Amino acid sequence: MSGFIATLERLDRRWIFLAMAIAVAGPIVYIGITGKTLPETSTPAAQAVYDAIEALPKGSRVLISYDFDPGSSGELLPMATSLVHQCAARDLKMVFIALWPLGPQMVTDTIKRVITADFPQMKEGVDYVNLGFQSGNEAVMKVMLTDFKKAFPKSEKGTATGQIPMLEGVTRVKDFPLLVTISAGYPGAKEWIQYVVSSSGGEITMVTGCTGVQTPQLFPYFPAQLRGMLGAIKGAAEYESLVNASLAPGDNSPVPPKYLEAQRRMGPQLGAHLLMVALIILGNIAFFAQRREKAQVKS
Amino acid sequence: MRRLIPMWIAIIAGFAMLFSAFFPVTEFFGETFGEIFSVVAAIAYVLGAGSLAKINLAKISRRDQGWGYSAITLFCFAATLFVGLGKIGVPPNAQFAALPWSGEKNAEGSAFAWIYEYGLVPITSTMFALLAFYVASAAFRAFRAKNLEAILLLSTAFIVLLGRTFAGVVLTGWFPDWASGLRLENLSVYIMQVFNTAGNRAIIIGIALGVTATSLRILLGVDRSWMGSGGNS
Amino acid sequence: MQVLLSVVASVVSATTALGAVPAPPPPPTSVTAVDVPWDAGGVIEISWIAPAGSADARWLIERLTLTDAAGDEEKWVVVAEVPLGATSHTVSKLSLRGAHSFRMTAIDATGMGTPSATTKPVRAAANFFIGAKLSLFLGIILVSTCVIVCILLARGGRPLRIRRIAALDAVDNAVGRATEMGRPILFVAGIQDMDNISTVAGITVLGHVAKTAAEYDATIQVPTSRSLVMEAAREAVQASYLSAGRSDSYNPDLIRYITDEQFGFVAYVSGLMVREKPATCFYMGCFFAESLILAETGNSIGAIQIAGTAESSQLPFFVAACDYTLIGEEFFAASAYLSKEPDQMGSLKGQDVAKFLTAVVIIVGVVLATLAALAPTGAMPGALTWFKGVFGS
Repeated sequence: MSGFIATLERLDRRWIFLAMAIAVAGPIVYIGITGKTLPETSTPAAQAVYDAIEALPKGSRVLISYDFDPGSSGELLPMATSLVHQCAARDLKMVFIALWPLGPQMVTDTIKRVITADFPQMKEGVDYVNLGFQSGNEAVMKVMLTDFKKAFPKSEKGTATGQIPMLEGVTRVKDFPLLVTISAGYPGAKEWIQYVVSSSGGEITMVTGCTGVQTPQLFPYFPAQLRGMLGAIKGAAEYESLVNASLAPGDNSPVPPKYLEAQRRMGPQLGAHLLMVALIILGNIAFFAQRREKAQVKS
Repeated sequence: MRRLIPMWIAIIAGFAMLFSAFFPVTEFFGETFGEIFSVVAAIAYVLGAGSLAKINLAKISRRDQGWGYSAITLFCFAATLFVGLGKIGVPPNAQFAALPWSGEKNAEGSAFAWIYEYGLVPITSTMFALLAFYVASAAFRAFRAKNLEAILLLSTAFIVLLGRTFAGVVLTGWFPDWASGLRLENLSVYIMQVFNTAGNRAIIIGIALGVTATSLRILLGVDRSWMGSGGNS
Repeated sequence: MQVLLSVVASVVSATTALGAVPAPPPPPTSVTAVDVPWDAGGVIEISWIAPAGSADARWLIERLTLTDAAGDEEKWVVVAEVPLGATSHTVSKLSLRGAHSFRMTAIDATGMGTPSATTKPVRAAANFFIGAKLSLFLGIILVSTCVIVCILLARGGRPLRIRRIAALDAVDNAVGRATEMGRPILFVAGIQDMDNISTVAGITVLGHVAKTAAEYDATIQVPTSRSLVMEAAREAVQASYLSAGRSDSYNPDLIRYITDEQFGFVAYVSGLMVREKPATCFYMGCFFAESLILAETGNSIGAIQIAGTAESSQLPFFVAACDYTLIGEEFFAASAYLSKEPDQMGSLKGQDVAKFLTAVVIIVGVVLATLAALAPTGAMPGALTWFKGVFGS
């Protein structure tokens, strides 16, 4: 026993890294082979995102801001996919923007995987448009409050915003009945709340999908300033199951894997969390054994 | 004079931004200073690139330890710059099909998009994924039940860790409806929404006051240490 | 155009009356449109006197905008549909250019009624001050007054007691340790630009650390993720070396730009730590996911680590992996605490007074909300609504 305790106290962190690799890789392989995912029940914050989109009349314009980069795409891209899936299925018009330089490529990727593949009837410029990246962080948000087309003068493909049919009548960010931000940090959901939602005097409805570390930081704004929130992959999985349930085809055909990404990732998350619990318990066993040894030496 | 001019620029720009939030007639000044910042930050990229090139070239010429990495850095920097500025492999814009350079640098099929897709995305995702390993080693070391506060922290960690996965449903999903609030998934939401929100709001209020006081110190010229410590010349 | 519309509407109305078919209610009377004062523009309030009508009827509000430019929009656009019982409606998101006229029509299952008289054209003008932000403006004035009064008191020689902050007391020892071990100091001022106040606060701490490092003759490495931060950090460190009388030891190449890319920057800094094994690491600024990677790498090489950030989501990681952490407002107090200048100490005291006032407001709000919940029929709900209104919520 004392040998085991001594090993725990001197444990090289690389063993912990190896254990984490196994805890994450095991479920990935299992889910990859079997295709089985864990069931999800939705929490109020995720349900609110779903309801906010469902409440919009057909043809409403939704502003979707990709405020993340490939680094956090593992956590955020599945929820972005589901958001676009729900918006497209509800015949909403999507205006994509990015305040992070590497955002537009991910917008293109989502458009290709969801809109082009499953909603070929949707036309670029009429049903959706990618306005690309604009530098300036909060400054861009402030300009959008007064003049949207000044903040985004042309689309990713170079078309002037004034010539895009679906943007006719849009002068300010307030002209969008719903604002969605997929946020990984700065600038992100917090800045949108501070500079856009607060400045509009509550006229703008906003929902967000954010990383795990941002979730506790954004809870204080929910639900007054933030109508709904998808916290990390857990929130994404809850939302994804809501969207899949409502859009399920009547013939019981399987849901395509691209719309199950978040639920598939809950398996590795389960493995990682259980390992963390085990590590904390082991760490405390070593801590108490060490403390008892010290007390015995003293006495 | 070397410190006086920056200080006055900070004071004027700061007050202009502040007033533009409350007085619509001054919005123009706020927006203008925001745009000036973007221009200055863009110019600073030249200085940044200069510093990068100078330091790495010096390292290569001195054959310092790890000079090979510097060579790779400079090669990748130059190659990406060339591919992006030269719009290598970029298809022309549909509206101006006759002009080969009219497409966007990161259009699908371009070399820049290829670097992004197969270089940057895997590398940055890998770096982000490292967090899982570091979180595990930090948790192993830091979560020790040293005193009452630490025990509370530990218990909360267990509830949230289990409640955010299917483990919570397996362990406590059988609780009857009248005790549903005690199910781990509901408890973790309650902790996040009530205790965490209360603590976070207190920290946010403190930060907001700290930001206000710091901004005021800079706007009034009381704190000049952002231009270096000591001496007010 | 308006004349034509009203003629068509009158004809439709007359035809319906002759046929004795059930018709929607008549239009409201006295429809007026008024620009909402003290706003940033784009909002007009419409009020009317409503006649009695069928229960399922609604009012349709239409807008006609006449801009100053030629070839402008000259068509009626539906802006809202409101219940029959309503007597006013606020139309927002209007263009600041041109004037807006409104008219109202009843609509129910039988169809549309006749439109009301068109209102006089009104401009949705932007005003001198945004009234909705008055409470925020007064709040800033109040906090600023507290800070300024305390600065003046401090200048007058009044002694100010500030609680000890262990992380800042450890700065000198941490720099001294690096000197003794003959290893460098690493300072990371976050990953954001100079328009972020946390970065500015980080640079102010860098100024103090660099001065101590210059006095101890220790090497300080400052990798930055923004070019502008590199320039600001060079200025700050150079000035500190100058004031310590060690300008000859200043080496600008130790303050270098790496990359804007978050994880590219982290990869470089982690590599630097593993290669050069700094004795002391400072993380002062705006951090995100990279906080734990940096702090854990620093921990693995046995460095003394002092962190400070206003990003509350990153605080747990720094607390877990660093020796000392400046939490939120402590981070912004660092410059004043380290300089011990009366002006700056006064501003800290002012910040405390403002915090006390904020706590009083929170307590009053909580008491009022509790009383209003306990006695929903008394005067308390009204008092709570008034109190919330004062603070603009």
